[in-house]
Amino acid sequence: MAMTAFAGAPTQAEPAPRRQSKIALVLLLPGILYLVLFFIVPLVSLVITSLEAPAPDGSGTFQYAFNWQNYVDSVGTYSTQIFRSFLYALLATVFALLFSYPLAYFIGVKVRKWPLLQSFMLILVIAPFFISFLLRTLAWKTILADEGPIVTSLKALSLLGPQTHITGTPVAVVFGLTYNFIPFMCLPLYTTLERLDIRYLEASSDLYGTPASTFWRVTIPLSLPGIVSGTLLTFIPAAGDYVNASQEFLGGASSSMIGNVIQSNFLVQLNYPAAAALSIVLMLVILIIVGSYVRRAGTDDLL
Amino acid sequence: MSASTPAASPLGSAASASTARAATAPRPAPRRSRGLGNWLLPTYSVLALVFLLIPIVYTIVFSFNKSLKSNISWNGFTFSNWTNVCDQQDVCAAFGTSILIGVTATVIATTLGTMIAIALVRYRFRFRAVTSLLIFLPMATPEVVMGAGLAAQFLSAGVPKGIGTIIIAHSMFCLSFVVVTVKARVASLDPALEEAGRDLYGSPSQVFMRVTFPLLLPGILAAALLSFSLSFDDFIITYFNAGTVQTFPTYIYISATRGIPAQANVIASAVFLIAIAIVVISQIVTQSRAKRLAKVQ
Repeated sequence: MAMTAFAGAPTQAEPAPRRQSKIALVLLLPGILYLVLFFIVPLVSLVITSLEAPAPDGSGTFQYAFNWQNYVDSVGTYSTQIFRSFLYALLATVFALLFSYPLAYFIGVKVRKWPLLQSFMLILVIAPFFISFLLRTLAWKTILADEGPIVTSLKALSLLGPQTHITGTPVAVVFGLTYNFIPFMCLPLYTTLERLDIRYLEASSDLYGTPASTFWRVTIPLSLPGIVSGTLLTFIPAAGDYVNASQEFLGGASSSMIGNVIQSNFLVQLNYPAAAALSIVLMLVILIIVGSYVRRAGTDDLL
Repeated sequence: MSASTPAASPLGSAASASTARAATAPRPAPRRSRGLGNWLLPTYSVLALVFLLIPIVYTIVFSFNKSLKSNISWNGFTFSNWTNVCDQQDVCAAFGTSILIGVTATVIATTLGTMIAIALVRYRFRFRAVTSLLIFLPMATPEVVMGAGLAAQFLSAGVPKGIGTIIIAHSMFCLSFVVVTVKARVASLDPALEEAGRDLYGSPSQVFMRVTFPLLLPGILAAALLSFSLSFDDFIITYFNAGTVQTFPTYIYISATRGIPAQANVIASAVFLIAIAIVVISQIVTQSRAKRLAKVQ
């Protein structure tokens, strides 16, 4: 699984360097060109598009005009959705971490003695990957719907008012984001915890560390690389997601995120400059957050 | 000296265990707290796994629903959705398109990605850091940004959206995941094996085909499986670059408002069961091989 590798590909000791750099070039060039052409160039054209202005002939097309105003306008108009996206993504990341850590710890450390059970549990963790992302979100929509088992039983217990809903609220959106990205959190956590040397924990308890202080001062620091890549793998896609928040799925009118805005501007209103400007803003904010977070966590070596 | 923990009160055992240990033992007591702590984590883990499986079970169960247009309430059990999958022609067509795109994108991404992975581990070259960054960036970019970027590029270049543009997009985002997956495998490879091949007068291409490639194969296959499932399930990037083409996920997204036929559940369930079977079998093969190796040593 990629996440496994993402969590900390073993940094190989001194690769045997060979002098045929021509071979390296031949191996690298096609893939690198592909990424430049279909990843870097699109980002550049996104920047160009974000600076376009409507063509003066009123044909509904856009032309390049170095129109900075697009950024001011779109950020001003959609500041709520931008803020909401990062808030929801943050909440989903925290919940996914709290949910996944005990599970990953159990599979990675406690079940280590039974490799077959370990891989069976791991398969169950990644099982949601293999069923359509949209269908499993729709399944939650039906389960959480007003006629569904959760809402009816909560109402029967008077834990939920008669006029309240779950679907269409921010609660449902954060729930959906959390659920959908739990495997992305769990796998990197598992990879680092699986390699955790139990002798460190034993040493800590030999030195009269309580279980709690052992956990905070030994286990958590040792699993930090997994925490960092898990939170990134959850936070980044969650901030840009628009399926959970869209009204056909778990969201409502008051829970739309920046992804929904980009999608509707690009594909429905055909306001390409606004969509492009918002995409660039999203990308920049994520790069800044990720950069400072990775630096603070002190694990620059993600790849 | 056995600093045994009092098993009488399960709730207080954690606290008393630590005091008992502090008082008596130079040799510490068993570290795992007895009682509550012993079953709390396993119970939680089982419940957590059950929670993860809820929507999967739901989707599979509703593939057997006797449903009409929409598939929301339970109307009774039937096999007919499974036997007549292609009664809903749209579903079947979308599924076929997704398979075609998934296979093509997987071949492209796996080929290019494996080449990069080998070069990154085995060769020293300038711009190595830049290359790593270029491979890392697509994984750190929200899909909506990549989707909009490619769509903007196709728009300004005048390329019509269709299956071709979807394949281009999918190969792009799968590429990085392939590099990372295969790279881990290349890094774990013992260079001495290839050296032995060269010492035995193998030409570089012979060494690659008969030593390097077979050793890398499990990593390459894992990367291909991952690419295919990423491509097959991708919705956001696809939706920006699909035009009128419908893949399986875009079909579901568009049908979500008017109701999704049970046949969609059938396809998703079948894909799920096949993927799980592949993963389980490969796990069993790896483990039995590991056991055999352990015996030999």
